Amino acid sequence: MIPAPAAHAMTSEKPAVALPTSAAAATVLTDEATQPKVEVKDLNVYFRTNHAIRHVSLSVQPQTVLAVIGPSGCGKSTFIRALNRMHDLVPGARVEGKVYVDGKDLYARGIDPVLLRRRVGMVFQRPNPFPTMSIYENVAAGLTLNGIGGNHHETVERCLRQAALWDEVKDRLKHAGTSLSGGQQQRLCIARALAVEPEVLLMDEPASALDPIATAKIEELIHELKEKYTIIIVTHSMQQAARVSDNTAFFYLGELIEIGPTAQIFTNPRERRTEDYVTGKFG
Amino acid sequence: MADAAPAVLDAHAEGGHRGPGNLGDRVFNGVLWTLGIMVLVVAGLIVLNLALVARPLAKEHSIWGFITSTEWNPIEEHYGALPFLYGTLVTSAVSIVLAVPIAIGLGLFITQFAPPKLGRVLTIPVELLAAIPSVVYGLWGLFVVVPWLRSAIEPWLGKYFGWVPLFTGPPIGLGYLASGLILAVMILPTIVAVSVEVMKTTPEANREAALALGATKWESVMMAVIPYSRAGILGAVLLGLGRALGETMAVTMVIGNAPQISASLFAPGYSLPAVIANEFAEAVSSVHIGALAGLGLILFATTFILNAAARVLVTAVQKGPGRISG
Amino acid sequence: MMNLHSSFLYRKMVDRGMAVVCALLFLVAFIPLLSVLWLVITKGAAGLSWDFFTQLPKPVGEEGGGIGNALIGTLAMVAIACVLGLPLGVGAGVYLAEKGDGTIGNTIRFMAEVLSGVPSIVIGIVAYALVVKPMGHFSALAGGVALAILMIPTLARATEELVRLVPGSLREASLALGVPNWKTSMRVVIRTAMSGIVTACLLAVARAAGETAPLIFTALNNQYWNFDPRAPTASLTVQIYNYAISPYDDWHTKAWTASLVLLLVVGMLNVASRVMTRSRLKGAR
Repeated sequence: MIPAPAAHAMTSEKPAVALPTSAAAATVLTDEATQPKVEVKDLNVYFRTNHAIRHVSLSVQPQTVLAVIGPSGCGKSTFIRALNRMHDLVPGARVEGKVYVDGKDLYARGIDPVLLRRRVGMVFQRPNPFPTMSIYENVAAGLTLNGIGGNHHETVERCLRQAALWDEVKDRLKHAGTSLSGGQQQRLCIARALAVEPEVLLMDEPASALDPIATAKIEELIHELKEKYTIIIVTHSMQQAARVSDNTAFFYLGELIEIGPTAQIFTNPRERRTEDYVTGKFG
Repeated sequence: MADAAPAVLDAHAEGGHRGPGNLGDRVFNGVLWTLGIMVLVVAGLIVLNLALVARPLAKEHSIWGFITSTEWNPIEEHYGALPFLYGTLVTSAVSIVLAVPIAIGLGLFITQFAPPKLGRVLTIPVELLAAIPSVVYGLWGLFVVVPWLRSAIEPWLGKYFGWVPLFTGPPIGLGYLASGLILAVMILPTIVAVSVEVMKTTPEANREAALALGATKWESVMMAVIPYSRAGILGAVLLGLGRALGETMAVTMVIGNAPQISASLFAPGYSLPAVIANEFAEAVSSVHIGALAGLGLILFATTFILNAAARVLVTAVQKGPGRISG
Repeated sequence: MMNLHSSFLYRKMVDRGMAVVCALLFLVAFIPLLSVLWLVITKGAAGLSWDFFTQLPKPVGEEGGGIGNALIGTLAMVAIACVLGLPLGVGAGVYLAEKGDGTIGNTIRFMAEVLSGVPSIVIGIVAYALVVKPMGHFSALAGGVALAILMIPTLARATEELVRLVPGSLREASLALGVPNWKTSMRVVIRTAMSGIVTACLLAVARAAGETAPLIFTALNNQYWNFDPRAPTASLTVQIYNYAISPYDDWHTKAWTASLVLLLVVGMLNVASRVMTRSRLKGAR
């Protein structure tokens, strides 16, 4: 799928520019020289013989939104799934490299992937509330399934408010999670993800299955969530990336081509391929 | 992607993570594995125990002699399986001959000719037929079918078709014909259900191609549906046959319990399951019990092979060698 | 190759004719169904009474008597079968759905499929060897074991299909919340499939309640009340059989009445499972 000779990319052809791009981005992002919330170093993901993610390094500052864009099949989803170790569950998948959250490598020995997924949450493309649970139970699921008992009413209300869903559902918390509209279900899933109190939120094309109005609501939500959480969002829509993110990373064929402030990526990209993509020449 | 069962393989070169969750996973997987293996254990138990109980027979008789002898005499300890094999085969054959055309016709009607809503409604009586316990069928057979055969059908058949050896002899009602008839009713739902499933998988494209050529509905069925589902329908028939072979109570009640071989369908006979049902509880000598278990083994082997063949056929059709994609 | 006759009218006639034939076939299939139901109701309803449900069978010639002990016996043996067969059957099905993609899984699946066609009388012999022989006598336990063995293969296949139907995205969502895999399987995936599994269990119970052959020489029969699983026990189905093949008219009538009771029990279980299916399909999506 990814041709081997694509190693003409960043790392070998223009070594002097490759890492500096990320480093440059890093310096651009770290005006206050704060430690990045998420730092990825030389990440590689293999599916048996398929080298799906190649030598990706980047970092994300706390309480910012990073958009991951690129054409279909460039590895965007694969990339963010490596950030919460979802590939652990795929037979034949192999992940190499380091992923630091708050300075701790998620792939280090002794790290329990189950526990880390409570610090790094995920929202999926299609809303997937649990069908046998009510709205209330869905939001609290991350807690109840892990054996944390007690009254979760406060948590449920807080998360539903954070997800901008509280007013719409506060009278029907006992109704089935699946009785909501698509957009509401997705916000329910966001509330559910927030209930376990993650610090980083990964969003894999969260609005692609929704209508424009619901999409707008989700984007608004991201602006609000940014104040508390660090968000990495995969999107196939460049306009959406432009609307919601502080920084953008452009992927192509499994490699990180360029990363930088969103405004710069879209108006004045450094790399030729980035420019081709954002101006619509391909993808 | 993450649909796959959680095999935590070489997820990372350094591996070695996991705390309490890992224990939970290991216990859970262990329990599941044990439960799964139990199926194989049960299968093994079945074969083993049948063989064990049948062993005393093997000591006294030769296997070949057992299968080919026509004499069944527990008092003198002569055991021959042939009358029962014959009876089982004949009654099953009769039931297949009667049930298969009707079942295929019903299947076609439900899937092709009837409007979809009607088709769904029509599966209800078929399912009801399947839900009736066999002892109730036996009761019905004994007090409804047998008298009907005795007073109406068999005399009529004897009168007009008496020159056929199948329809000779006194019309007592009990016998192969009664059993075959009731069996036909009992295996009908099985054949219909599987045939419907198989016919439904015929791709629309095949039928539409026929219709677009100007074929009538019936012709499109003959041109597209039947050829495509042929193997699956055969599988359905085999499943029905397997069921007929093993059916016990209804047959026991109407077959007449006579361990003999007769050419006529009017004659009383015996089947493998029937003799086991009648004699096992009172059998005393281990050879007698062994002989009955030997019959059980024959039954088991036959139905096993039939079901295996049927499964292969039905899954082959559902995977669709003739499937047009898109 | 189909010979398309030039005469359009002829082909039209054949087309209509075959449709009619197929429809008529339904009548042929319907007649036995209606006949059985009609007769069981008309011949059996008269005998229904409180006594019939609660009394022991009386000897020939005496009035009255009932199937009380047979009802208890069937209940007991079905209960034993459930205790043994439901966990094994459902568990094997879950195994096949979660881990059944290798050689072992395929073998188990094949076995379950083929075993579900083994005649019930053969299973009776196996239960005889497993329970009656070691114990030295017939028992309700043996009958229950036979019924359990009958339940397992069908339940396993049905459960596997139901669990596989649960969308993978639900598993992903749960895992992404930091829930360990085994908890995800139990409390999300299986829970989602649960109402379907219950339906399958109801149908398995209905089938077990209607079995006769495997009980004839495992539980045998019993003219009296029996609450000891280690003793021979009466059952509804065996009682019907004994009444039916007897030479006495009033016992024949009892057979019809008992059949009515049996059909009601089996019918209710089937209806319950249908109701569950409908509510599941309406509610969840």
